[in-house]
Amino acid sequence: MESLSMGGYGPYVWTCFMLTAVVFIICEWRARLRQRRVYRDIEVRIKALGDTQ
Amino acid sequence: MTDDTPGMLTGMFGVVRRDLLLAWKRPGDILNPLFFFAMVATLFPLAVGPSPEQLEFSGPAVLWVAALLAMLLSLNSLFLSDYEDGSLDQMLVSPVPLPVLALGKSITHWLTSGLPLVLVAPVVAITFRMPFSVTGYLMITLLLGTISLSLLGSIGAALTVGLHRGTALLSLLILPLAMPVLIFGARTVSLVASGDGVAGGLYFLGAYAVLVLSFAPFATAAALRISNE
Amino acid sequence: MWKFIHKLASPPHFYGLAARMVPWFVLPGLFLVAYGTYAGLFLAPMDYQQGDAFRIIYVHVPSAYLSMMTYMIMAISAGIGLIWRIKLAHAVAAAAAPIGAWFTFLALATGSIWGKPMWGTWWEWGDPRLTSELILLFLYFGYMALRGAIDDTVKADKSSAVLALVGAVNVPIIHFSVEWWSSLHQGPTLIKKGGPAMDTAMLYPLLAMILGFTLLFGALLLRRVRAEVLFRERRTRWVKDLILSGRSA
Repeated sequence: MESLSMGGYGPYVWTCFMLTAVVFIICEWRARLRQRRVYRDIEVRIKALGDTQ
Repeated sequence: MTDDTPGMLTGMFGVVRRDLLLAWKRPGDILNPLFFFAMVATLFPLAVGPSPEQLEFSGPAVLWVAALLAMLLSLNSLFLSDYEDGSLDQMLVSPVPLPVLALGKSITHWLTSGLPLVLVAPVVAITFRMPFSVTGYLMITLLLGTISLSLLGSIGAALTVGLHRGTALLSLLILPLAMPVLIFGARTVSLVASGDGVAGGLYFLGAYAVLVLSFAPFATAAALRISNE
Repeated sequence: MWKFIHKLASPPHFYGLAARMVPWFVLPGLFLVAYGTYAGLFLAPMDYQQGDAFRIIYVHVPSAYLSMMTYMIMAISAGIGLIWRIKLAHAVAAAAAPIGAWFTFLALATGSIWGKPMWGTWWEWGDPRLTSELILLFLYFGYMALRGAIDDTVKADKSSAVLALVGAVNVPIIHFSVEWWSSLHQGPTLIKKGGPAMDTAMLYPLLAMILGFTLLFGALLLRRVRAEVLFRERRTRWVKDLILSGRSA
């Protein structure tokens, strides 16, 4: 497939695009992870201390 | 406003005079960075080899890097002793505006670190077989550059005073900001050696020093307040 | 108008609003990136000098652009937080930093990979953009290191704000210095400035990628700021109510 090999530069070009996708996914994942962890920590603390805290 | 309140210049010179006296009593504060400068400059020939062409070629760069590192070294303790003995708190509540006092500290730092470097550099430059004409430009670029470095460095020192492992942090903060100075300082001197025009580089260094002078005392003052509230 | 901004600066209001805004950023962003990728990889004509390798431009330039823009956003929101004492602004600055660092890394990595077939080396100091990006990465690290070194959130916010502002002033100067420095030796660069104007077929995908990246960055930022706000406000009433009502994360 001509297009996939990118005139011989295939590995370079595709690596770059893959890397970009990976970075975006990592960022998104970490953001969600942080959100979830913060939420859970607060939830645990509130449930443990009751509504009086 | 009675006449007891010190004016701004008096306040600033008060800081300068006090710190100069302190430095006089502890000559190590001035000498140690200079020794450090000489030693770092020596590291390069040791690591690279004694070939004269290489030395002459790398002289401006090595000397500039060594000067930059020596300045960083002395910046660490800029506010440290004031922090520890309570003078910093005094400065914070002084009627003299804090930026003025901060400027005073920067001036002292330059007088005790920058200026000595400018004076000592030619001596070390000899070991790099630097022609005298080039050495002159080295001194000028160092003169202008160290002014900027003292001012910028004060901001970093104020931000990191009292922080755990503030030393490494200070370097990490200041080095990227110091790169324009390093680039123009070192490369301008190299250009002299190769006979190209250097006016542009010198103008940049001068203009940059003026720019930094216009905001650094305020940033330093803000940083001092933040670090100590 | 002021009321709108005032409401926006209120953490609980922002928290809810941001969640609703994310899809508006993600969907157009993904669409633009998809179009830009496809068009850039398959539709745009080949560059006569660099062959197909030039297609890396479609991820390298947007990353570099975003890395700079993020720093400016970081500095501006930090400044707003410092001057007008708006907590949310500080949260935005804190949330933006890691994203900016990632984009900077991406710009460096794609630039390096692009350089290998072009110059035969993984790193070319003569390329001003690469060197500038490297220094920018150091600026990000410094900012994050300073934040990390200060325990008290308020102090960390203010200190890092001063640093970000000083850095922002220096960024154009750093660029200028590196340009001058690299011009001393006519070194090889990835993208020739003042070269032949880009063919529209080449340009449109690039613009789409830049815009798409920006929108996706917006979505990422909104998510991170939400998490940041939640963390900072964890002891407040509104957060407690939110958690107790069991509303979604």
